[in-house]
Amino acid sequence: MNKSVYDSPDQVSETKRHILTVLVDNEPGVLARVIGMFSGRGYNIDSLNVAEVSNDENISRITIVTHGTSEVVSQIEKQLLRIVPVHSVTNLDQEGSSVEAEVALVYIYISETNKKKVYQLCDLYRARKIENENNTTIFEIAGSSERVNRFIKEINEITKVEIVRSGPVAISSIKKNEEE
Amino acid sequence: MNNEITGAEIVLKSLAEQGVEVVFGYPGGAVLPIYDTLFKQNSIKHVLVRQEGGAIHAAEGYARSTGKTGVVLVTSGPGATNVVTGLTDAMMDSVPIVCITGQVPQHLIGSDAFQECDTTGITRPCTKHNYLVKDVNKLSSVFHEAFTIAQNGRPGPVLIDIPKDVQFASGTYEEKNKIVIPSHRLFEPSPDFEKNKIEEAVELISKSKKPIFYIGGGCINSGPKASKLVREFINIVGSPVTMTLMGLGVVASSDKNSLGMLGMHGMYEANMAMHECDVMINIGARFDDRVTGRLDAFSPNSKKIHIDIDESNINKTINVDVPIIGDVKQVVEKMIEIWKDNKFQIDDKALKLWWDKITKWKKVDCLNYNNEGNQIKPQYAVQRLYELTKNTKTFITTEVGQHQMWAAQFYKFEQPNRWLTSGGLGTMGYGFPAAIGAQVGHPDALVVDIAGDASILMNIQEMSTAVQYRLPVKIFILNNEYMGMVRQWQELLHGGRYSESYTDSLPDFVKLAESYKATGLRAKTTDDLDDVITQMIETKNTVIADIWVTKEENCFPMIQSGSAHNEMMLSKDQKQDKKSAEKGKILV
Repeated sequence: MNKSVYDSPDQVSETKRHILTVLVDNEPGVLARVIGMFSGRGYNIDSLNVAEVSNDENISRITIVTHGTSEVVSQIEKQLLRIVPVHSVTNLDQEGSSVEAEVALVYIYISETNKKKVYQLCDLYRARKIENENNTTIFEIAGSSERVNRFIKEINEITKVEIVRSGPVAISSIKKNEEE
Repeated sequence: MNNEITGAEIVLKSLAEQGVEVVFGYPGGAVLPIYDTLFKQNSIKHVLVRQEGGAIHAAEGYARSTGKTGVVLVTSGPGATNVVTGLTDAMMDSVPIVCITGQVPQHLIGSDAFQECDTTGITRPCTKHNYLVKDVNKLSSVFHEAFTIAQNGRPGPVLIDIPKDVQFASGTYEEKNKIVIPSHRLFEPSPDFEKNKIEEAVELISKSKKPIFYIGGGCINSGPKASKLVREFINIVGSPVTMTLMGLGVVASSDKNSLGMLGMHGMYEANMAMHECDVMINIGARFDDRVTGRLDAFSPNSKKIHIDIDESNINKTINVDVPIIGDVKQVVEKMIEIWKDNKFQIDDKALKLWWDKITKWKKVDCLNYNNEGNQIKPQYAVQRLYELTKNTKTFITTEVGQHQMWAAQFYKFEQPNRWLTSGGLGTMGYGFPAAIGAQVGHPDALVVDIAGDASILMNIQEMSTAVQYRLPVKIFILNNEYMGMVRQWQELLHGGRYSESYTDSLPDFVKLAESYKATGLRAKTTDDLDDVITQMIETKNTVIADIWVTKEENCFPMIQSGSAHNEMMLSKDQKQDKKSAEKGKILV
């Protein structure tokens, strides 16, 4: 809905965050097809993650975080399914419960005065120091996006940092028949 | 290895196995090996166009008039970029096309080589699927998959980009039946899957008091059987039916149930019936903005059934009550079966009241126009063309603009696949090459491109093609020296400021035709018109008929942008209220 210039401006339902898992054939151009559909039709990508699922089957999993009304997100799912190399699209928010996590690497500017506070906070969040040849203070934190957000907010209050984030990946937590 | 052949030979062998009879194309450096192979064989005919844009529209015209897949062969770089408009056109109107483009050899890809462009990148959003084939041994399987994808589900264009070194390389050919296409890459509708929905829909129709069928191009894409079944079902129900621009011909114009076309320049009775119906049965249409008008006032009190093969069309702009995903012929066949099995009967009394109401709307006579004087009215020209060609097997193509709408309003189609027009993309310059394609597919038929003076100039170079292949295509120009539809909008919405919509220095179309060794005819007044049309039909070669029509005629009725179905403008005198006109101005 709300995709036509003829549409009424009334919002149909509220905008929500959705995590979509898209299984695709691992062939050249497939990622461009997926993100091109988003930009071409004016949809949002908040984050995007691509990795191979299994080597033998040549299938990749694209995890997309987007936001939109339920009408928009349902249209996104259908448009994704039109793409020839797409196997399946799963909206984890509609599947019921799911587990999500992301990783952030944080370069922390450390000094004698803030050292104690930094290490305390990292301990609290179970952020792990990554050893590296230059012995700089780089920490790794994993978990839900909210948790990573909180950590970044608090560490920012202590000192200057540089951050890279992976964006979330997610999986449905519904119990499956394990004999399958 | 003795069973290896070159990539170029694989291309031709794949085309032959797919039953391709004709290829529309234009040679160039990156496709020379394929053209060389083409030279050495006789089974596939090649039609040389004068610009690649003409090739793809010709392939579209061929595909839509024959039901087969249209094939295009062009070179890299500009060859490929020139087909982008046509690919987008085919994408919007769901036309099965396989487009082969040459590419620079692989070791040059990415080096900004001569005539290199990122063809698969450029065409990704305007094809159903595309390929860059790097391995000659995959070439035949790519071709067979491409043809299947182009025709499968909702048809569309597929592009295959082949680097020149792959065309020269040797590899093995695999036959069509050896190729297994994974099911997720195709759409396989199953009528059983939607059985409950179909039952629900049929029951809803049987209980309706004011039903209307709203028929789209999907019924034509589903094949001639679909049209037959749709006609049968509508007859059983006794319901009125309206068709979109793309759906004209699915139900015969002369059918007692037909209300003609709906939408922006559709029939008053069709739009009013859409507005007031209680059950709407959309078969193979997509609630396009030219059809719906203002969405929040679109058919406010109806239950809507939507049959479509493309799930993304469901609830895209209009929310429907009973969505059915499937192929028209399978779904409608099932509907008829269910209707008969349950001995459903529609409420006759209610239906009669509904028809009475429609009859009143018909009396408005929305296509009425002032036909005084001996200057030719464009509407009259189309009417005469219809009267003088209706007993001949005739294909009508159009360009885009006022003449297109007049053709849709005044030419009466009795059969599917006889009407070829660019509906979704609205491509000026479509009609003439499409007519060439239709004529190639139907050498004995009469093919007329109803054109405007502005549109025809967009692909006029194809005159040379038509004459070379002795294709007796007729170009029927409604010449008002304006880009008529642009002028009309400027008159209605922009205070009559005709910014750049008048074409000065038009060619003398008669001399233009003669310079291509075709026949040029001209009608200046109503006295000449019938003679010119008759002469045009009887002439055995390509003809341009330059019909001088009144210059400032507007196309009515019209739903102005931003208005609803029940707010149709029947003539210029009926001014819209200013507020909604201002609102509509920002819309297209």
